[in-house]
Amino acid sequence: MLEDRAIAVEPLIRVENLAKHFPVTRGVLIGRTTGHVKAVDGISFTIGRQETLGLVGESGCGKTTTSRLLLRLEQPTAGRVLLDGQDVHALRGPDLSRYHTRVQAVFQDPWSSLNPRLRVRETIAEALVVNRRVTRSGKLERVEEVLHQVGLPLSAGARYPHEFSGGQRQRIALASALAAKPELIVLDEPVSALDVSIRAQIMNLLKDLQARQPLSFLLVAHNLATVRYIAHRTAVMYLGRIVEHGDTESLYRRPLHPYTKALFAAALPADPDAPRDDMILSGEVPSPIDPPPGCHFHPRCPFAMEQCVRITPELKTVASGHMVSCHLY
Amino acid sequence: MARVEERIDVELAAATAADDASRPRGDFARLPWGSFVIIAVLILVAVLAPLIAPHSPTEQSLPDKLLPPAWEAGGSTKHLLGTDVLGRDVLSRLVYGARVSLIVAAVALLAGGGIGLAVGIVSGYVGGRTDSFLMRTVDATLTFPTILIALLLAVSLGPGLGTIAIAITVLIWARFARVVRGEVLAVKARDFVALARVHGCSHLRIMAVHIVPNVLNTFMVLLTLHIGFVIIVEASLSFLGAGIPPPTPSWGQMVSDGRSHIASAWWLSVVPGAAIMLVVLAFNLLGDWLRDWLDPRLRQV
Amino acid sequence: MAAGAPVVLEVRDLRAYLYTRWGVVRAVDGVSFALREGETLGLVGESGCGKTMTGLSLVRLLPEPAGRIVDGQILLEGEDLVTKSEPEMRHVRGRRVSMILQDPQTSLNPVFTIGDQILEALRQRRADGERSLVAQAEDALRRVKVAAPEQRMRAYPHQMSGGMKQRVVGAIAVAGEPRVLIADEPTTALDVTIQLQYLALLKEIQARTRLAMLFITHDFGIVARMCDRVAVMYAGRIVETGPTRALFRAPRHPYTEALMASVPRMEGTVTRLPSIEGQPPPLHELPAGCRFADRCAYVDERCRREYPPTMTVGPAHEAACWRIERSPSSR
Repeated sequence: MLEDRAIAVEPLIRVENLAKHFPVTRGVLIGRTTGHVKAVDGISFTIGRQETLGLVGESGCGKTTTSRLLLRLEQPTAGRVLLDGQDVHALRGPDLSRYHTRVQAVFQDPWSSLNPRLRVRETIAEALVVNRRVTRSGKLERVEEVLHQVGLPLSAGARYPHEFSGGQRQRIALASALAAKPELIVLDEPVSALDVSIRAQIMNLLKDLQARQPLSFLLVAHNLATVRYIAHRTAVMYLGRIVEHGDTESLYRRPLHPYTKALFAAALPADPDAPRDDMILSGEVPSPIDPPPGCHFHPRCPFAMEQCVRITPELKTVASGHMVSCHLY
Repeated sequence: MARVEERIDVELAAATAADDASRPRGDFARLPWGSFVIIAVLILVAVLAPLIAPHSPTEQSLPDKLLPPAWEAGGSTKHLLGTDVLGRDVLSRLVYGARVSLIVAAVALLAGGGIGLAVGIVSGYVGGRTDSFLMRTVDATLTFPTILIALLLAVSLGPGLGTIAIAITVLIWARFARVVRGEVLAVKARDFVALARVHGCSHLRIMAVHIVPNVLNTFMVLLTLHIGFVIIVEASLSFLGAGIPPPTPSWGQMVSDGRSHIASAWWLSVVPGAAIMLVVLAFNLLGDWLRDWLDPRLRQV
Repeated sequence: MAAGAPVVLEVRDLRAYLYTRWGVVRAVDGVSFALREGETLGLVGESGCGKTMTGLSLVRLLPEPAGRIVDGQILLEGEDLVTKSEPEMRHVRGRRVSMILQDPQTSLNPVFTIGDQILEALRQRRADGERSLVAQAEDALRRVKVAAPEQRMRAYPHQMSGGMKQRVVGAIAVAGEPRVLIADEPTTALDVTIQLQYLALLKEIQARTRLAMLFITHDFGIVARMCDRVAVMYAGRIVETGPTRALFRAPRHPYTEALMASVPRMEGTVTRLPSIEGQPPPLHELPAGCRFADRCAYVDERCRREYPPTMTVGPAHEAACWRIERSPSSR
């Protein structure tokens, strides 16, 4: 559902030419760097307030590394991440504490996201306890508030994670992300480890939460239909770069980049009579250590031209709010 | 409204059912009662030694020397397990010897285990060069021959309770460090640790609240399994003469003393030897049970 | 694929239980279906519904000693697999019935080369000479579209991508020219573009060999693309079976209906996704009546008392729901 959202002057998050290269070392005693895994290779995007940006791509495209860079779990090799204009990786002290209350995360695996030795309420309240002075009663009050927001009974707080199912654990993970009243939650494949019927529950919950409070999401996912349901804008990543970026509806209605088209063709519709647009890509995803020159996608692209090998295409605006990096345009 | 109910993992159920099938039915029967009893007796005996021992362990009585145990010909009920070459009551020495074994074991385990736990956690969590350095130290320690190290220490520091405790600590900390580090690496890879950083936790808090509690189970099992080892090391050192100096009775010392009389006064070595064996066996079985008992819970969690 | 093709595998009222410390888990509780030559039957359901256990039962690979087939028949070309001894089953597995599992990482032995593993599979079926077998192995790799098969024979699993590993697994599975292939979520661990390649490959193999396939999955998109018929499983039982088109157009069981409605679509307007409240009942504590009763929008008192029988709702289309009796033609 696309509601109108307030367009602030400075977007909540601005990512500029972000890159992360992981060195590859060889040797037992003395490590030599023989190359770099260019996990993220120069990407830029923004996330507005009360907006969801979907980041899609297959394994190795760099979407998870991107989310980790936003969460300060990795340091960028180049580029910046700005929260309200402030460089996130330069924050220290009380500014850093404040950052942790403004940006939170929910990860994919509900069975690994909760410390089994802590009661649910301790996990939920952690961001509060670590970053702000809260009284015990204040803490418990907030825990109850968020438990209610995610649709769990108040008695859940005193229990341990192993007493809950996968879907319930994701709700707890969501509650612990909400406790400090964040403005951005990074969701890394939040529903792909859940059963089909539970996914709908969680997706609806996310939409409801966003409608009721000033909350933005960065939704990293590989399932296109899921992203379409929640994201206002979508960016498609391939081998560390953004190949297409735009308003979700227009991107889905008219995908431009050949990779996006292949991705869409591979998203099998739940309809036996749907027209088969079998764009089956040849070959495997190349290694991010030694990506193909020019446009990374050219070896597998059915429309590859001579210049695709030599020149890396720029991200160009083709229609309002819709950008592609491809020589076809 | 979401129901809170127990989750059955079908594979887990199948796996634990396989275990169940080979053990006697009922939760009650699955507890290691034998171990519990032996260990309880050991602790009681050690604590209540002055009340239980019929004689003083050091009181010599040369006319009563080398009496066989009460059920043998020539034995008397005054000395249920016989006397040694100086006429000292074997039973009383056994009882007081239990104290020595337990104290040494406790001190060495706490010290060695504690150091090993700390090193393992720091090494596993911090990683990088610290980890490499610490693990090379661990490797070096593990390559030293156990008894040789203990003997060297005993000889240089002089025999005594303190020396043995130090010797054993030096020997076992490395084993703990290695295993704990492995567990820490596994825990560190789980999402809730990354989420703790996202919450803003300091490294110290993460180690204390997230890593240590999840490593404790393995640590406790390790502790239990090492008790036997420690008791045997102490006994071996005492046997070699580098342990507790006489006249304080120590099971190892008693076995050693009885060596020259094996053919004629077998009870001098066999009785303390049997005690060592029983206690070590009891702790090993307890450790095995503890590992099994904690493990499926861990997986369900 | 034609309706008249011979039935290769027929499962009749199969029951497989797991005996655990929490009670008897009735993982497969009265499952019946038939597979014809050249046909793909989809077995759909969520986690814990029993679909994987069903697959394992068909090749008699239930986790022992807890798991046991307690009743029913598995008729492979007329022979009942339930009554076969273990040595007899060893002849069946790989040769007449083959299986592909979800995780390519653990399906291949990391310490043997690809070539060794395919050769091992081939050697069990044929008594041909070594050179001939090697040629056949390279051929098998070629048929699953692995480039440069001669070199790949010497490669180890860790040197290959997930998609390629799954293809090798597929090659091994069809090396013995089985009549039935059971694929348990074979593409769940693969990227979507690789998944498309792999599904096309499976279809091709099936067209060539007239293989009957049981495709276990939770993904309706795959079902729509790959399967001729679908069986929907819930809490140990099949609640609806029918031709794919019929099931998608007009699902007759409330669970099928609700499940399909809860899947987000790529086309059409984005409306609120209906979700199914609650959770399935635990398999060791099943209710007497319909197992979906607690979550069903159309539940009535009879549903809770009595388990509904399987009723015909269309050509080759049946479902187990009391509502069908109440309103036979409409939803």
